[in-house]
Amino acid sequence: MSWTKKHLLDIESLTAAEITTVLDTARGFKAVGERAIKKVPALRGKTVVNLFVEPSTRTRISFELAAQRLSADIVNFSAEASSFKKGETLKDTALTLQALNADFIIIRHSASGAPHFLSRVLEAHVINAGDGAHEHPTQALLDCFTIRERKGKIAGLNVTILGDILYSRVARSDIWALTKLGAKVTLCGPATLVPKTFEQMGCRVTHDVDEAIRDADIINLLRIQHERQRKTLFPSIGEYTQLFGLNKARLARTKPDALIMHPGPINRGVEIDSEIADSGRSMILEQVTNGLAVRMAVLFLVNGGKVPVEPVAA
Amino acid sequence: MPDATVILDALAIQRALTRIAHEIAERNARSAEVALVGIPVGGDHLAARLAKILAGIWNHPVPVGILDTTLHRDDLDHRIAPTVHPTDIPFDVTGKTVVLVDDVLFSGRTTRAAMDALNDFGRPRKIQLAVLIDRGHRELPIKADFIGKNVPTALDETISLRLTEAGAAEDAVVLKKK
Repeated sequence: MSWTKKHLLDIESLTAAEITTVLDTARGFKAVGERAIKKVPALRGKTVVNLFVEPSTRTRISFELAAQRLSADIVNFSAEASSFKKGETLKDTALTLQALNADFIIIRHSASGAPHFLSRVLEAHVINAGDGAHEHPTQALLDCFTIRERKGKIAGLNVTILGDILYSRVARSDIWALTKLGAKVTLCGPATLVPKTFEQMGCRVTHDVDEAIRDADIINLLRIQHERQRKTLFPSIGEYTQLFGLNKARLARTKPDALIMHPGPINRGVEIDSEIADSGRSMILEQVTNGLAVRMAVLFLVNGGKVPVEPVAA
Repeated sequence: MPDATVILDALAIQRALTRIAHEIAERNARSAEVALVGIPVGGDHLAARLAKILAGIWNHPVPVGILDTTLHRDDLDHRIAPTVHPTDIPFDVTGKTVVLVDDVLFSGRTTRAAMDALNDFGRPRKIQLAVLIDRGHRELPIKADFIGKNVPTALDETISLRLTEAGAAEDAVVLKKK
């Protein structure tokens, strides 16, 4: 067992052993979700706050269910209906939540580093649910879990991440996690969205989609994030689809056992052909199921991320 | 390791399991209702071995499951998070006589957690407890129904079960001073 961290802020600071511990732990939690009684008492009496300063539905619901299945109480705090509108700072909001005895704060924020900041001013466990274009650690963990479950391993696999890399926190977390676990990562997309500087993270960058997916075991598609782009970085959605969208003709030229992933929400007919999204090679819905197990594992592990109060009996 | 003593060797473990299996058979006349549930790490392999012996005694297969107790532990707030093992109970426990199988009975807290965890899968008619080693020092009112060997121990000693299924060269129960 090699998890001693109090928070989950990013993947960059995790070791391969720590990532593997989360994946191993999540296996046990996946089974909990398949039972008639989908609830265990591991976090009974704890309070979890979903502090979502940037809107999100699927990640918030996933964390909400994860906390509930661990018997914790959870409160949702969203930016639209909150004191941010009245000018309260993030720090004051977080301290207020802590004063209500929140044990865990799950934060999504448009500013990179917001979770790190909170971890310095709060006693509560902080979990990053996505900060700006920086990281989205639980997404990378669930992606790794899904790959390992379907392929039996991660080391040595060719993983191609296709799409908007520049603005994607999922891409950054995925690159860190996959390279730490020994996968060979290739990035592909329009040159404006996939700059060569990403090679410094230990992956390969190409702008030729057919070459990028030819030897891939996993093709991870990312959504074009209109909301994060300040100016147009490619001529049109139609052109993007034509040049980089995953269609049947392109898929036919990949390895027959290559699997398709997407963190959602998917844009059918843009980055992925509708039929491919619904095919047996798509792991999109499995990713959602696994995300719940991974988030349960993260809550469970960070709760133990403290110095033992007394020696543990066998 | 100078302070490590083998308290049960491979043959003694085999004998103890055979005796426990016969005691389980003697106690439970309605053999079709009996199921074994092992607690990892260790108890899961012992449950599989007991099931094999019992199948020979009863001439029918005996269902075996694995039950992880980690998430029902009472010390989760006082320690680094323990390893979670997958639970696999491939039968309905309701109405069954479930024999929980563990390697070492110590404080009794794992057994308590196991009984709670089992409740999430149904309502067994009876729960019995089989352990290879009872080392004393109970902290809860819990008692084993079937015991391989009673070993009086000091609190600063540890007992570990080594099984070939878990990669050991040969089966042994080892007592060590911390």
